[in-house]
Amino acid sequence: MVLKALTANHAVAEAAKLARVKVVSAYPITPQTTIVEKLAEMIEKGEMEAKMVRVESEHSALAATLGAAAAGARAFTATSSHGLLYMHEVLWWTSGARVPVVMAVVTRAIGPPWNIHVEHSDVMDQRDTGWIIGVAQENQEAFDLTLQAFRISEDPRVYLPMIVSLDAFILSHTVAPVDVPSQQEVDAWLPSRRQPYVISPETNVVMGNIADDADYYMMRYSINAAMEAAKKVVEEVDEEYGKAFGRRYGGLVECYNCDDADYIMVLMGSWAGDAKKASDLLREKGYRVGVMRVRFVRPWPREVVQEKLSNRKGVIVFDRSISFGSAGQLFTDVAASLYGSTSIRGVVAGLGGVDVRPEDFMNEVTDFVSHVEEFGRVYEPLRWHLPPKYAKSLAEEVSA
Amino acid sequence: MPLRLADLPRRRYGSPGNAACPGCPETMGLRYVKMALGDNVVLVIPAGCSSVIQGIRPKSGINFPILNIVFASAASAASGMSSAFEMLGQDVKVVVWAGDGGTADIGFQALSGAAERNDDIIYICVDNEAYMNTGIQRSGLTPYGAWTTTTWTGKTEPKKPLPFIVLAHNVPYVATATVGYPQDFIEKLRKAATIRGFKYIHLHAPCPVGWRFDPSLTAKIAQLAVQTGAFILFEYENGRFRLSPYSGMYRDPKRRVPLEEYLKLQGRFQTVLKDPQKLEMLRAEIDEMWRWALLLEKGMASPELKK
Ligand SMILES: Cc1ncc(C[n+]2csc(CCOP(=O)(O)OP(=O)(O)O)c2C)c(N)n1
Ligand code: SF4
Ligand SMILES: [Mg+2]
Repeated sequence: MVLKALTANHAVAEAAKLARVKVVSAYPITPQTTIVEKLAEMIEKGEMEAKMVRVESEHSALAATLGAAAAGARAFTATSSHGLLYMHEVLWWTSGARVPVVMAVVTRAIGPPWNIHVEHSDVMDQRDTGWIIGVAQENQEAFDLTLQAFRISEDPRVYLPMIVSLDAFILSHTVAPVDVPSQQEVDAWLPSRRQPYVISPETNVVMGNIADDADYYMMRYSINAAMEAAKKVVEEVDEEYGKAFGRRYGGLVECYNCDDADYIMVLMGSWAGDAKKASDLLREKGYRVGVMRVRFVRPWPREVVQEKLSNRKGVIVFDRSISFGSAGQLFTDVAASLYGSTSIRGVVAGLGGVDVRPEDFMNEVTDFVSHVEEFGRVYEPLRWHLPPKYAKSLAEEVSA
Repeated sequence: MPLRLADLPRRRYGSPGNAACPGCPETMGLRYVKMALGDNVVLVIPAGCSSVIQGIRPKSGINFPILNIVFASAASAASGMSSAFEMLGQDVKVVVWAGDGGTADIGFQALSGAAERNDDIIYICVDNEAYMNTGIQRSGLTPYGAWTTTTWTGKTEPKKPLPFIVLAHNVPYVATATVGYPQDFIEKLRKAATIRGFKYIHLHAPCPVGWRFDPSLTAKIAQLAVQTGAFILFEYENGRFRLSPYSGMYRDPKRRVPLEEYLKLQGRFQTVLKDPQKLEMLRAEIDEMWRWALLLEKGMASPELKK
């Protein structure tokens, strides 16, 4: 292994190369662009033995990736925000076809107004599509998760496409040391491509013609069964990856300071680092607070969430996205899993890349704790953690 | 060497009981594709009648390996497949089989992208001049004046000159063909299969259901389209444009069968036939196509564009 200074985007490109991806198809969009650029460069320099289909849109990017994968090649794409939404139809087609494919999603806000900063609405919008969705906290994890994604997605118990989600700029464009294994090490760990079928003259397979309604229903059933099976596969892959490369993340979720915690923050992505810091600082002040970082949004780690969160005094979920008219999406899933067994609050923060610092997490947690202590059981789906300049003017308005 | 019918394979490539309507031009066309290209082919089919014609899984009424795909991105999916086969060292012809809607409208961006990149695929647009699968709605390739379920009094715009638009991408091979002259179509397919890069074949496909004619007349109407000059058969190969023999004799409008002979067999043109002004508009649309074809034949299109 070699330590390299890499942005998460370049780390992801490096991982795709080490996975011996044969076909890449992608379309530029900030902040994903440096992934395509890097892959194009590696392919043109002959460092990566692959073909790049330089498509005219993201809809085409995923269609080309799916076409390549259906023909039997390991294929990769990457996008963000509007590009991901533009692809949405093809995401369903890919999972429905049960073709293993890996896609990096550099999460970014959605316009209007135009905003290129971190937000999770784009990737959260894909939760129902039948893709496995893994979320990285740091550059190293973006790299590791990309390699793992091929293994998970191509596991015969799974055979579903997978998204590797990483945050705009905070990860995508920030350089950090990344431990990059050698090609031999990766080859030894990652089996050659497996997939449920290949479409070729030899196999004469037809994919996607009309199905009887009941058959269609059962195909949906089997996608869900594969999702459930993926939970175990994720844990196994985490363990095996740990053995081979010395890094484990905890599988579906990562728990930090959780063992004795009265209160637990739940969230995903890069800001988990700030939440962990907040947890440490809160402990210094006598609050027993932990962090559960969701690593996999799909399959939803219901069992672990129940096990780790049910008997706490309270759970506070931070969403960097919102389902308008409802609440943050993580909140909804966490609340559904806990069915009223503990106090819970959902906080929507950091939309459009608004900075959320450890102090912000601390303030939210202490506010929540005092609420729970004052009122007993709390169920509060949506609290807005407003950006400082608006929070201030709102406070002034209230006091006036 | 001209193609002899006797030399064509006799295997049945469409199974009896597939889901096409009687007289369907798409099953005719698919049969010719297989007769021309043999077994070393994979089809990519976006939404359209041909997604339904295959019938219900786990069976398929047409004998091809097929990737069915979303409506808008057939060309891109085919580019991906063709890249994969290349990387895997397999020599497979990847063929898109898409309707006029899937080609000229919703799939146009993907088509243009694949053409511009000169991806190694054969793209066949099976042009039945409307969205038949959803119940005969107008498309960019519906001719002027034709009735559809979204143009009850007749379409008010002319047909997009799609083969010329693809030709303007300056790809190695563009041809038009018709289910009315299978040998011509088969020869063009076979030629396309020998060329590397992007090949486009525009297949005229009269649809009895959408055009309102008797299902026994598909081939006849297809031939009449050529004989009246309404559809022009040509080939564009490496910058050289050539009218195909079936159309060559109709350069001179006086030699063409009167347009009405073609129109009167079809229910969709009834308002055109009753309205001399509309008939003139439709003639103008056809004249415009001929003007383009003859300019290209004379080499008036800039040959220096040639790759
Ligand atoms: C994104 C999307 N929009 C609309 C449809 C509905 N749809 C299916 S087939 C079709 C029309 C197909 O027309 P054409 O491409 O001409 O093929 P044909 O049925 O005439 O063979 C439409 C509108 C769809 N499947 N996907
Ligand atoms: S509507 Fe026309 S093109 Fe479609 S299946 Fe019927 S005959 Fe064929
Ligand atoms: Mg059509």
